[in-house]
Order: sequence, then C-alpha cells, then structure tokens
Amino acid sequence: MSQTFLDSNELVLNMGPQHPSTHGVLRVILKLDGERVNGTECVIGYLHRGVEKIAENRTYQMFAPYVDRMDYVAAVSNGLGYVLAVERLISVEATPRAQAVRVILTELNRIASHLLWLGTHALDIGAITPLFYTLREREEVLKIFENYCGARLTTHAFRIGGLQYELYDGFEREVNAFCDWFIPKVDEYEELLTNNRIWRERLTGVGILNAADCKRYGVTGPVLRAAGVAWDLRKAQPYCGYQNYEFDIPTGSNADTFDRYVVRMEEMRQSVRIIRQAVGAIPAGPIMAKVSKVLKPPVGEAYVSIEAPKGELGYYIVSDGTLNPYRVRVRPPSLINLQALDQMVRGALVADVVAIIGTLDIVLGEIDR
Amino acid sequence: MAAEPWEDELTRALAQQFDNRIERFATYVGQNFLAADCAAVYDIVEALRDKWQFDYLVDLTAVDFPNRPKRFEVVYILYSYARNERIRLKCAVAEGERPRSVVALHATADWLEREVYDMFGIEFARHPDLRRLLLPEDWQGFPLRRDTNILAMDNQWVRENLGIESGQ
Repeated sequence: MSQTFLDSNELVLNMGPQHPSTHGVLRVILKLDGERVNGTECVIGYLHRGVEKIAENRTYQMFAPYVDRMDYVAAVSNGLGYVLAVERLISVEATPRAQAVRVILTELNRIASHLLWLGTHALDIGAITPLFYTLREREEVLKIFENYCGARLTTHAFRIGGLQYELYDGFEREVNAFCDWFIPKVDEYEELLTNNRIWRERLTGVGILNAADCKRYGVTGPVLRAAGVAWDLRKAQPYCGYQNYEFDIPTGSNADTFDRYVVRMEEMRQSVRIIRQAVGAIPAGPIMAKVSKVLKPPVGEAYVSIEAPKGELGYYIVSDGTLNPYRVRVRPPSLINLQALDQMVRGALVADVVAIIGTLDIVLGEIDR
Repeated sequence: MAAEPWEDELTRALAQQFDNRIERFATYVGQNFLAADCAAVYDIVEALRDKWQFDYLVDLTAVDFPNRPKRFEVVYILYSYARNERIRLKCAVAEGERPRSVVALHATADWLEREVYDMFGIEFARHPDLRRLLLPEDWQGFPLRRDTNILAMDNQWVRENLGIESGQ
C-alpha cells in the first residue's frame, strides 16, 4: 500500500445495508470519483437462513413451503419450480387440470411481481404516484390467491403431483374480471411514465448490458430480453403445458434501463393473454396425480428450471432414495443477475446506481437464501 | 430406474478429444451429464464453450459424499442458446484438492465458486478473489458439508459479534 487515502481522489461510500433503494439488506460499496462510479463491491448474505441445509433435514413435502420464502414476491413461481423438480425425480406429471391452474396462478404472480417492481422502481426514480396504483392492482391478485389457498404472499399453492385445493366457485369469473380490469391499468401506467420526460431521461442509456455480457454473466429474464435475445424458458423448453398457449416474447434493442421497463410492461400484457387462454379452458378431472404419501424418489439427480419473473430459477435435487433430499441446490436468478451490477454501474452517476439496482429487480431473500 | 448411456455426435467428439479423462456419458430422467477427471474440467468447459456453443454457465455447485474416496462432487450446469440444450458436467474432488477456477471462461462462476467455497470449503485454484460469499468472513466451518449438523454453528462468532449465547 504505497498510496494513502490522501493521495487518492477516490471516495468510498457505503450504500446500504439499510438503504431504501437497495430493496432489502444489500450493501453496495461504491468507489467514487466525484459523482462517477469507478467500481463497486456487493456485500450480501445478511438474510442467509441456510435454506439448502434445511432441505436436507426435511422430507420432500415438508420442504415445499420453505421455497416460498426465497423470492417472496413471486412465491408461486418458487413453488412451481420445486414441485416440477421433485416430479421429475419421481417421473410423475401433474394432471391436466392441475397444470392449467398452475399456469394461471404463476402468471398472476408474474403480474404481481412486475407490479411491485414497477412501483418501487418508479419510487426510486422519484415518481411516487405509480406505487399507489400498482399496489392497488396487486392487491386484486393477492385477493385471488387468498380466496384460493388462504395465503396472500407465501402461498404454498401447489403440491407435489398437483394441487392441494380444488378451485373455489367463481374463480374463473374473478380471474376474467381481473384481466378485463387490469389491461387498461397497464395503459394508465404507460401514460404516466413512458413519455414522461424525466422518466425517459433518467432511464434511457443507463445501465447498458448488451447480449454478449448478459451471456457472459449468465444474466437471464427481462434483462436478457431487453438486450434483444428472445429467450424465454416457457418457449425454449416448455413446461407445465406452456406450449399450448399463444404468447409473444417481448424484446428490446438498446439493452438499457428504459428497454427493460418496456419489456416488463409488455410481459404483463402477455401474461394476461396466457391467463385468458388458460382460464377459458381449464380441463375437468382430478387435481392430483397418483403420488405416494411416503415419498422416496429413486437414487439420482435432476435439474429443473422455470422462467420466474426475474429470470431462470432452477432446482438441482439429489436423491439418495430416502425420505429427505440428499441435496437441494437453488439457482436463484437474482443472485446471478446482481453479479452484473458492477459492469452496469461503472462510469455511471450515483443516482443511476439506484435506477440500475431497481431495473435488475432483485429480491434479497432469494439472493441470500 | 438407472442412468442410461448417452451417445451422440457431441459425446463421440468429446470422447475422442479428451480420451480417458472423461469417465462416463450418461442420461437420467431425460437429462444428459458427463463425469470427468477434475484436472480436465477447465479444458472441457472451454471446448464446450468454444466448439459446441455452450456459452451459458447456468449454475456451479457441489454435493458432499463423505464416504467416497473423493468426497466432493462439483457440478457444472451448461446451456447452449444456439442448440437449446442443457448438459451437466460433474467431477469428483478430494478434500484439499483445488479444481481450476472457470472464472476466466464464464464470469458467472465468480460468485458461484465463492459460494461453493463458503459452503463446502472447496478452494478453486486461480480464482481472482476467493472469499466467503454469504457467511461472515471470519466464520469457522462449512455448513453444507454432510457431517455438519443443522444445529451446529460458529458459536464463538455469534457470542463475539452478536452478544448472545446461541443463535438457535
């Protein structure tokens, strides 16, 4: 260390762990030259609960509610990935009725997750109003979850082999009513933001991460699609019957924060499109496939991943033929997307860091597990 | 149900290039994987990336089998956008053995290898910055090893830093 603090023009600034725009307990160490960011270092782990260790000490069914507590704003997606992975190990496929309901609830959850992202992202940029609107719409999704399974946030909506609960009377009507009511709301958000000059200037050209860098960092989800790569696991490797529904993959071209905003707005509309198709044709029949109550998957391992609202969410499960999983590894999209933060903020202003953390749409519960 | 052999154009080419350093090609519940000698993993990942378009390192993790002669199994999950194909590469690693870091090939591996080090105590050679990722830097022990009890924790660290007897 020949250089002392006084020789250097670099200022080290701690952002977080208690900072409202880090969306949880994330600490970002910023190395600054005036207002410019020269480099960052992320300190994570404040919310580490040892979820993967807990899995080794629970049966397959007992562990299912724990996964909801990772990405808690998209608990249904977490649950779907986990049950699909276990179903792969025991070579069971959920019944057609269960699959349709799973798609509806997962897409509703994608909308809820994107709404929370939009509200908080706008709040970070300085626009307070959208948060009230998005939380109002998100509430309607949570009510549907509550009516279905009694929980709003950590739903534990699915079971290995299908669903725990039959649909309640009026489910289809409520979901359809939500879709009709929601689409004009998305237009309303766009009216507030898309051509708003402040919004545009704060987002356009900020936090660029091109397609090659996305692949190098393993970044997936809307961030990858905003870089022009039309890659979505629901299309690339369909699961749960997604091949039966018509929808488009929205993409961007500038790979900046504004394009990621546009992509997510369009994804909400596409989710509504999927929900409408699914809810109009829920097959009759049982909601559970035949699954042994005492679940002992044969020795072996499987990796199953789904397109969660934030990107590729994967579960790697190793079975040793006993009641408890031998190892459960979660591949959280937030953790891997966050790794690209350093590249995205280099050369940006401190205020842009807030926008860039917002646009990555991270949830710390999933990063730290 | 057991793993079945996996053979196609890719496995034949890899078997030819890496000869006896790849121990097996297999497929289980429709997922292909290969097991290789730990020393060859870096070269295999590089060949897969450059020749076979496996340009996305999905995940890198480990599994602990304390009763095996080489107790750890490090798992690389790779995906190719162009081929829309996902494969797994596994290698056995003995305690104290240092597999070569693949950060130079896939930037993703940086935090993933740090997490494996954090949880299992496997050190990766030539990693640019191998520190704990999730746990505090001065934490003792590696929680995801199978012989670590779920209730076991670094009580001394908890006493000194949190001022309580136990976190349980």
